[in-house]
Parts: sequence; structure tokens; C-alpha cells
Amino acid sequence: MNLFDLFKRRGSAPVARERLQVLLAYERRNRSQPDLVSVLREEIMAVIAKHVQIDQDYLQVSMDRGETMSTLEIDIQIPNKSARPLAMSA
Amino acid sequence: MGKVVVVTSGKGGVGKTTSTAALGAAVARTGKKVALVDFDVGLRNLDLIMGAERRVVFDLVNVIQGTAKLSQALIRDKRVETLFLLPASQTRDKDALTEEGVGEVIDKLRSVFDYVFCDSPAGIERGAQLAMRFADEAVIVTNPEVSSVRDSDRIIGLLDARTVKAEQGEQIAKHVLVTRYDAARAARGEMLSIDDVLEILSTPLLGIIPESQDVLKASNLGSPVTLSDPTNSAARAYIEAAKRLEGEELPVVVPFERKGFLDRLFGRRAA
Repeated sequence: MNLFDLFKRRGSAPVARERLQVLLAYERRNRSQPDLVSVLREEIMAVIAKHVQIDQDYLQVSMDRGETMSTLEIDIQIPNKSARPLAMSA
Repeated sequence: MGKVVVVTSGKGGVGKTTSTAALGAAVARTGKKVALVDFDVGLRNLDLIMGAERRVVFDLVNVIQGTAKLSQALIRDKRVETLFLLPASQTRDKDALTEEGVGEVIDKLRSVFDYVFCDSPAGIERGAQLAMRFADEAVIVTNPEVSSVRDSDRIIGLLDARTVKAEQGEQIAKHVLVTRYDAARAARGEMLSIDDVLEILSTPLLGIIPESQDVLKASNLGSPVTLSDPTNSAARAYIEAAKRLEGEELPVVVPFERKGFLDRLFGRRAA
């Protein structure tokens, strides 16, 4: 501890408080939208299932949150062998 | 109909089990019938804190699976005759608890006891969610420290979303119990203050348990701190918190440490 530190004694609690307030404001906002990604995933899956049979694992939905814009990435793989158009089999 | 109170926190090691034992014993001492249920399947410890580890024969999982009756699994405390413990099992099968099974056990306990305290495991997984599932009230144990406060906030979110009461559109009564509070460090600005914690969590305060050697001593002896020595500061704080839980209106006094001249000058303890 140097001499200067003796007079600088605000403590670290105000920093803790501020960090928590910022973090929790962000986390609560995300919590209030009940997992958008899994809702989207289910609905997209339902739409695709009407036309093509695919496995759950072939659909990837992810959300990337940015400062000003978020990106929604949807990756659907349709394997050539197992993908049979429903219209044909009917 | 008894009241079901879950003691939860999200974070581990903040004092859930100690607080369950201390609050439960404090309520039972007034003559109310109290059951303490350990939900920490695989890592039970409430039996040890209660000093009943050598009396466990049957446990919560046995009762749910029907291999033992509830009355066989409940252990009566040797000091307070209205206090009972339902231990958790040491099985490693984490799916040993079913929602229906837990619901049935809680319903039976609720019809016999005035208070049922559910000691939640740490985390936000299945065990913790089952512990809170049927609760009427929740005690959220929080240390004045960033990670504990964050996890408490998360648990408050779950209490408002995943409990039967919340799903029926009712409010589950929530109380924050601040444990391991060090008045001297808070005065020096080294520890989140009670106001900080309450403002961040915006949940009413049940009590403040000061950091105390007596808590460790009590668990060494296998006795809830409110029974081993009801006069020390931690025990007194728990007894008051228990009274507030029962609806008594008692003002909470923030433990206060007078700052000496050197403290004021240097902002640290004068050794």
C-alpha cells in the first residue's frame, strides 16, 4: 500500500453494485422473452415437416445478439437419401 | 393446512442448509409442528447439520418409490419434539425424484405439519426446481457478493415462472435472507450493503445474519445454531427472521460497526 492509497478509500462495493445493475438489467430483458430461439425452431420445424421429412438434428437455429443489430441464423440440412417429398409417398 | 417454504439460492455454499435448520428449529421451538425436507439427493447434508446422520434409515426417495412409509422416514429431533427431518437419499440417480411423487409427499406433510421447509440443492436444475415446485413462500439466501446476488436474481425469476402457485397466476411470497454479513466490511465499502442488495433484487428482507464463528461451531456440534446457543448474534438474527416468517412485524436492524478514529482515517481495520 503506498501513501496515496491511504487517502483513496471508497471501497469496491460501489463498483460491484454498478456492475450488477447493468448485468441484471440485460439478463432480465432476455428472460422475459421466453426463449425465442426454441419457439422459432419448433415453428420452422413444423413448416418444413409439412413438405419434407427431416430429423430434428438437421435444423440449427441460433441468435447472435449484437450492439445495434442481432442476426438470426437458420441452417437446414436436407440429406438426399432420407428426404422424400411427402407428396410422392402419399 | 401447513405452509410450504422453500429455502433456495441458486449459488452453493451461501448457507441454505444452515438457514433451513436454524429457521426450522426456531419456528419449532415455539410449539409449531415443523418438517425439514432435504432435496439435495446425492449430496444430503441437512441430517449432518441437524445431528441426525446416524439415525437415517429411510429417505425421501424411499417414500416416493413406496419402499417406506412417510412416518417411517421422518426423524424426530431429540431436542425439540415438534421438529422432524425427512432426509434426502444418497443415491446417485438424479431422476429418483418425480414431480408426482414429490407432490404427494408435500401434500401429506402439509396436512400434518404447520410448516414444511424444503432445503433446495444448489443450481437451477431439476432438483432445485422440484424443491420450489409446491412452495407457498420462498426464502432466498444471499451473500452480499456479486455472484450470489446474480444467482438470487435468477432464482427469483424461476420462482415467478416455474412454481405451481405462479402457474396458477398467484404470487409466491418471496423473502431475501442475507447471510454472512460483515458489518465492518460493509462500513468500509468493501461489501455490498443491505440497501444495495435489496434495491437490486427488489424483494423484501427477512433478516440479516451476521458472519459469526458460532455458525461453524453449531454445525460442528450437529445442532441448529438457534438451539445450540440461542443467545449469540447469529442465532438471535435467525430467531427474529423466523418470527417475521410467521407474520410478526419486527423491524430489521442492520448490524452496525462503529468506526474508530483510525478506521475513519485509513478506511481499514487498525490492527
